Amino acid sequence: MNYRFNPSDNYERTMQEVGYLPRTAATPETYSALGFKCGLEVHQQLLTKQKLFCRCPAGIYQKADDYDAEIIRHMRPTLSELGEYDGTALMEFKTRKNIVYRIKDATACTYDIDDTPPFPIIRVALDIAIQSALLLKTNIVGVLHVARKQYLDGSIPTGFQRTAIVGIEGSIPLKNKTVRIIQISIEEDSCREVSDIGHWRVYRTDRLGMPLIETVTYPDMLTPDEAAEAAHYIRFLNRASGKVRVGMGAAREDVNVSITGGTRVEIKGVAHIQWIPNLVHVEAFRQRSLLLIKAELAKRGLDPKSWAISHKELDPDLLPREQKAIKRVRARGWHLLGINLPKFEGILSHFTQPDRMFADEISDRLKVIACLERPNMLHSEQLHLFGDEQELVDIRDYLDAQPGDAQIVLWGPPDDMKTALETIEERCKLAMAGVPNETRKSISDGTTIFERVLPGADRMYPDTDSAPISIDDNVINEVRKSLPVDVSDRIAQLRDWKVPEDCFAYILRNNLIPLIETMISECKQTPRFVATMFGHGLKNLEGKKKAQPDFSFEKIRKLLLFVEQRKLGNEILKKMLPVIYSHPNMDFDSVLTTIDFREQRIEEILEFLPALRRKYLEIRKREGREAKIRWVMGQMRKRAVGNVSLRELHERVSKEIVHG
Amino acid sequence: MVDLFKGYKGDALATLQKFNARVWSQTKVETTRGEFKGILLPRSENDDEQHVVIKLATGYNIGIATETITNMTEEGYKEAHYKIPEKEFPYRAGRPNVKLLGTGGTIASRLDYRTGAVIPAFSPGELYGAVPELADICNLSTEKLFAVFSENMGPEQYKTLAIAIGKEIEKGIDGIVIGHGTDTMHHTASALSFMVQDSPVPIVMVGSQRSSDRPSSDAALNLMHATKTAAESDIAEVMVCMFGPTSDEYGLLHRGTRVRKMHSSYRSTFRTIGDIPLAMVDRQKITPLKPKYNRRRLDRKAKIIPFFEEKVALVYYYPNMMPDMITSLIDNGYKGIIIAGTGLGHINKPLYPAIERCAKEGMAVYMTVQTLWGYVHMFVYDTGRDLMSKGIIPLANMLPEVAYIKLAWALGQTSDLEKVKELMLTPVVDEITDREPYNGYLIFQGGVPEVEEFLKRIHK
Repeated sequence: MNYRFNPSDNYERTMQEVGYLPRTAATPETYSALGFKCGLEVHQQLLTKQKLFCRCPAGIYQKADDYDAEIIRHMRPTLSELGEYDGTALMEFKTRKNIVYRIKDATACTYDIDDTPPFPIIRVALDIAIQSALLLKTNIVGVLHVARKQYLDGSIPTGFQRTAIVGIEGSIPLKNKTVRIIQISIEEDSCREVSDIGHWRVYRTDRLGMPLIETVTYPDMLTPDEAAEAAHYIRFLNRASGKVRVGMGAAREDVNVSITGGTRVEIKGVAHIQWIPNLVHVEAFRQRSLLLIKAELAKRGLDPKSWAISHKELDPDLLPREQKAIKRVRARGWHLLGINLPKFEGILSHFTQPDRMFADEISDRLKVIACLERPNMLHSEQLHLFGDEQELVDIRDYLDAQPGDAQIVLWGPPDDMKTALETIEERCKLAMAGVPNETRKSISDGTTIFERVLPGADRMYPDTDSAPISIDDNVINEVRKSLPVDVSDRIAQLRDWKVPEDCFAYILRNNLIPLIETMISECKQTPRFVATMFGHGLKNLEGKKKAQPDFSFEKIRKLLLFVEQRKLGNEILKKMLPVIYSHPNMDFDSVLTTIDFREQRIEEILEFLPALRRKYLEIRKREGREAKIRWVMGQMRKRAVGNVSLRELHERVSKEIVHG
Repeated sequence: MVDLFKGYKGDALATLQKFNARVWSQTKVETTRGEFKGILLPRSENDDEQHVVIKLATGYNIGIATETITNMTEEGYKEAHYKIPEKEFPYRAGRPNVKLLGTGGTIASRLDYRTGAVIPAFSPGELYGAVPELADICNLSTEKLFAVFSENMGPEQYKTLAIAIGKEIEKGIDGIVIGHGTDTMHHTASALSFMVQDSPVPIVMVGSQRSSDRPSSDAALNLMHATKTAAESDIAEVMVCMFGPTSDEYGLLHRGTRVRKMHSSYRSTFRTIGDIPLAMVDRQKITPLKPKYNRRRLDRKAKIIPFFEEKVALVYYYPNMMPDMITSLIDNGYKGIIIAGTGLGHINKPLYPAIERCAKEGMAVYMTVQTLWGYVHMFVYDTGRDLMSKGIIPLANMLPEVAYIKLAWALGQTSDLEKVKELMLTPVVDEITDREPYNGYLIFQGGVPEVEEFLKRIHK
């Protein structure tokens, strides 16, 4: 029997059917045609000395291999209301993960490892949360009730996150619309993952328990750019208090995406807002692809109730010996299974994401649910066929495959095979229903991979260990007194100051407006100039290298005062800034020496003019006064910077040359 | 009459009545702080009177101050009914029969997400639904003897338990598991050690330190360890089976007379004191640590001795204790006192007259040590010799709580102080041991490099 299916053609053809195009080519109409909708969950760590529910220090991080002890736990699903296990719970239980916590005495106590009940919430964290809740214009609750939100992946040793609603139903204004806020909550942060290999998942507990606020929006964003804009806005809003943490991992976004006919899919833990647009763009088309697959399977008459896979044990000799995985199968005594997927031809190589096909959806689930490290399977529609065509034909014959069937070759430890087969069958059946409810993890190429089944609201229950905390009007009024200005007002203020728009993000992200206001009140600078120095000058430097730990924005304030006191021109700032950025503790006079600055009056500088004019006559290549003036200015520039404004010097030089 | 406003009192109740908003109704609450929508939840007895609590659609609960409420509107109503799903426990011939006796603690449970209530699971079917692994271990049957919290366990419950155990043994059970709250589990364990003697089968007490409604609970694993011990172990004694380390690795089987709860919240709270544990148990095997124990037998003979005198006190001595602490016991008709003395078994001189009065009034007074580890040695110092001459009898290395239970048990049988003394000083199951093994007293106090290294390598 011959086997003539061409997976490459199929992949290209399906990509065209899906209508995939790169984000740069997409327009708002692209997304409205898809019925794209997107919501955000923005997590922001608060700047507190202690963790939220215990008295361990917050913000001290350990390296992955730096720990004092290890603890091992397993997470067990609890029955839900209907006597069924929640989908996520069941999946996590199937994985039979051994979860290891690496604890360090300096950052974790018996609360962190769930051997001591919680201590009262730290009040300072709650006050910061109330402040953000007010800025989001939410309705603040009368009493804070701590809830337990179940997480069975082990990222929190209790198996749940302690979390409480501070406010509900608010809004934020974007450029062209208002985005509604569902709620803002205060909660404890989770562990950081060290590794997740096979049946062992390792976490460190340094970040665990640090206070966070989570802001959840309605799915009001209708384009990827709006999603990024909303994420920025919420970040600026949180940072306006000056009481939140900044830096890597201090703010993380979960993004919910759906399209018409699709399902809410959550992309977890996006660390950079600029990644959001591309991720949600790709996810929208992934959902579109899955909907086309659903339609195709329906056309073929596949019914999840009756459709089933079949499998047989394979002789490793059937496959090429040089395949690395096959070597492993032999060496470790693993099972090698051939699996037939009836009427699935053309589905495995169906486009899902750029450089990803439907078969990857299966392989990703095998890794997470059956604990089979990748590569964990081969299939009949690989772009690069394993072995030669004859081997595939042999396997098809051995599995009694019919024309139009597809095949998977699976391997792994014998104990994991049952779960693996269930996982393959389940994923294929889910394809008949469309887009499965999932949380997905972003990876660096802009695509996402399966992380876990999306849990429902059925995983919340009250924390019986924590007493409710009353938030009366006095508390709210107290917080209101020191409420920072609204982000939208801040933006209006920057516009009013005529600050270039590309400076806004940097200034708002670093909450610099209060500092700029102070600076313009104490020296004769325009707000536009000061803002640009931050938003262009400093931002540019940050892009080139990391700031020294002693560097702070306050240094810039002092620098401006220094320049004003010494009556130096603004041009000198451009030269001083990089030095101060790299050597924040250097005094300003030394900085001037470092950049070879000598104090000179304009007359002293102009004394060089006759000599420079003579020199120009010797070396000139072009005629004309303008060229001459430009050359002379270039020669004088270095002496002039800081001593005299370049414009003034230009005027004087021009006058001399014209008249002389 | 149906209570429409479950648990609400005072202002809160008045507010609900004013707007006619029932508990369990889907309610819109308008307040001076904005609008909130959710299910109106019942209040528990000790909650304040100034707030109502609703569950939002997201599953979160929030409280609303009654003084801020301007209007409430019912938008739907659905009462919650709790029922735990039952799955028939798959019985199979050839597997050991284990009886689980319930005393009131929650061994397994399920959550009601609508209300957040924790519903206990107890029948074999319910337990099987929550911990299906049990079916691989034994054929399980259950009986709920009473429903009391651990701290409310007392003489009546001890006796009832002992008698129930006796009946099960007679009927031919292969092992018994007793579900119990952890706070006073060691008191009950020692009571059963004295009341049920020469059992032919294992009697295993078990509980959990983290409630079973949480994913990281120790309950399921403890239950598996305990049923495995009851079903398969060769150790026919009263034991406590709880986590060895805080990690999910293995349980320890502690002898009922040598075990004590040593941490208010750790999973590995139970420790054998003055000796080493009987055995380790994990999902695969039971590994004995002590060579000597009472072995499982096929006969059905056990001695059930259910007696308990309630007028017995345990007095924890402290410096400057006044004699009236002792004399008030005499005046109130107490028949016996266990003193937990300092160091080797001492109390101060001002108490001497009170102790002499105890002897005169025919009270049984025994000395134990509050150091927990080590023996009473009353011959070492004059104080000790003086006290013995005044009638205080040293109890070697019997733990204070065990001594309390044993004295009450002995006085329950006889008021003849000589007979009581004989009962007290004749060990039933190692409540007094001849010798203390070198590795019994292992408390890692940190700071020593070897210990820190050990803690890093071995899962705690």
